[in-house]
Amino acid sequence: MTALIQLRGIHKHYGDYHALRGIDLEIRQGEFFSLLGPSGCGKTTLLRTIAGFETPSSGTLMIDGKDMAAVPANHRPTNMVFQSYAIFPHLTVAENVGFGLRREPMSKDQKTKAVAEALAMVGLSGYGTRAAHALSGGQRQRVALARALILKPKVLLLDEPLSALDKKMREQMQVELIRLQRTVGITFILVTHDQEEALVMSDRIAVMFEGEIGQMADPETLYRRPNSRRVAEFIGKMNILPGQVGMEGNRIVVDVAGLGRGAVETDQAPGGVVPGNTSVGIRPETLGVLFPGETTDRRVAEGVVDEVVYYGDMTYYDVRVPGVQQPLTISMKNIIGRPVLEVGAPTRVVWDERSLVVLSR
Amino acid sequence: MRRAWGLRTYAIIYLVFLYAPILLLPLFAFNDAAIIAFPLTGFSTRWFEQLWTTQALHQALRNSLFIASITAILATLLGTCAARAGTMPSFPGKRGALGFVMLPLVLPEIVIAVALLIVVRQVLDLNLSNWTVIAAHTVICIPFSIAILNGAFQNLDPSFEEAAMDLGETRWGAFRLVTLPLVLPGIISSLLICFIISLDDFVIAQFLTGSNPTMPVYIYGLTRFVDALPLIMALGTILVTISITLLIIAEYFRRRGVARAGFKDTGGFL
Repeated sequence: MTALIQLRGIHKHYGDYHALRGIDLEIRQGEFFSLLGPSGCGKTTLLRTIAGFETPSSGTLMIDGKDMAAVPANHRPTNMVFQSYAIFPHLTVAENVGFGLRREPMSKDQKTKAVAEALAMVGLSGYGTRAAHALSGGQRQRVALARALILKPKVLLLDEPLSALDKKMREQMQVELIRLQRTVGITFILVTHDQEEALVMSDRIAVMFEGEIGQMADPETLYRRPNSRRVAEFIGKMNILPGQVGMEGNRIVVDVAGLGRGAVETDQAPGGVVPGNTSVGIRPETLGVLFPGETTDRRVAEGVVDEVVYYGDMTYYDVRVPGVQQPLTISMKNIIGRPVLEVGAPTRVVWDERSLVVLSR
Repeated sequence: MRRAWGLRTYAIIYLVFLYAPILLLPLFAFNDAAIIAFPLTGFSTRWFEQLWTTQALHQALRNSLFIASITAILATLLGTCAARAGTMPSFPGKRGALGFVMLPLVLPEIVIAVALLIVVRQVLDLNLSNWTVIAAHTVICIPFSIAILNGAFQNLDPSFEEAAMDLGETRWGAFRLVTLPLVLPGIISSLLICFIISLDDFVIAQFLTGSNPTMPVYIYGLTRFVDALPLIMALGTILVTISITLLIIAEYFRRRGVARAGFKDTGGFL
């Protein structure tokens, strides 16, 4: 089956500024797709290009097999939830939600029914007659969702829809959005700078830097197998250490300064292998601290606790290991019977070859 | 405390200085004497009755109302366009263009009046009429219109029109259904302010009016006759009342617009 949305070589120039540098992308029907990246990476420009608010300088955009070059925003099968929500303040909630139905060939009763259904879908039944400007942030967000979904678009575009909400509300809305997307089966494209949000919600994520896609993959691959140093650093916590990488026959051999040599699988070098000096990434949870009395058959390095950050369910240790350039960040679950170590305590760091990701780029 | 007391005195003197002369208007307008002097001689509405029967005055009033109405519409129309342009992301010469349209605000009216008189009579070789006054009044009213409407437009979320277009409206539909209702209070406010400015203007009308004088020009003509002074007082009383009423209505609409869109109030005339 062909993709619902196809982008081929999309470039966007604003004067001298090159905002999008050759974006190639395919998004499938029913997918929850995220555009993730730091501010200014071009993710919002790309979303607005799909919506029809920006015209690409070159490249083609196809939605459902149709070239969108000559199709203006109001005729595209896309609807958008804006970062500010853009709820029309002079209209009621119901008038906002029903705005897109103005030009639909429906009877008044049908429209009223559609609005009620859309409001029920986002949990705002009975809010129809309220004035839009009197709503809370979370309610505005829901109205914006209902308003965009009432037209049953092929694609729903969400521009940082949760950034204006507080943490608790945000986490609640993340779950609701996932559930909503599964219910309606519409393709969602989410723009966000919050890597955790992207990991939680998406089927696939494109990580963007400076107008380019750095890596495109499902959340687990992106987290466990970043293809470059910048992706590794942008998503989650990652220890990045200098090392040497080389090929010995068919095997990839890595020498991490201060930890030692080991052979890794080819998928542990997702960005490819350039023999010589390299960066090696190690996730905090793939390392371990050996508590007094514990033994292991994994490899061990002696160190001293440099910093302790207690999160309740987890404790993050920074452990200084002789020969390793910077302290290693290690996360440990606080399970029953396990003490929280103090700064200055001597300890043993557990690691093995499976922890390593070779980051040649 | 002392400083607060000083400021309060200053404020009171300031207000007396501003409004005491205006308070004299109704005082003598209702006084039963042809001479403007104390002591007052008694209550009378005969000056107002006399106004009612002065045909030349009615003609001047009709002229003024006609000129003020057309001016208010033209200036607000052009002001709306300029304020809308001001919200565009950027275009070449945007700052310069917006600066230039605000210029008549600081130019002396008499300079504008003389310049326009030369253009109309020497360059275009047209006869002076109500339309020449309208053209000149529109020029001086546009900056006020823009100042009022800028506030209304700049408070708007730029996503509003995009959201409307995203939901299937054309560019014009988005403007008509979303932007226009939100800036409508500003537009009404601008109409009223421009109407008052045009109605009150003397300098430009004096230069550019044709054979039919406007109200202020007519009043100026009356001042040559001593016995017409109470009549001017009565007329002045009516005009001040109308002006203040319109200003209050204009401000009411401006504030309602700000409140309706849920924005913070910045500035205004009252």
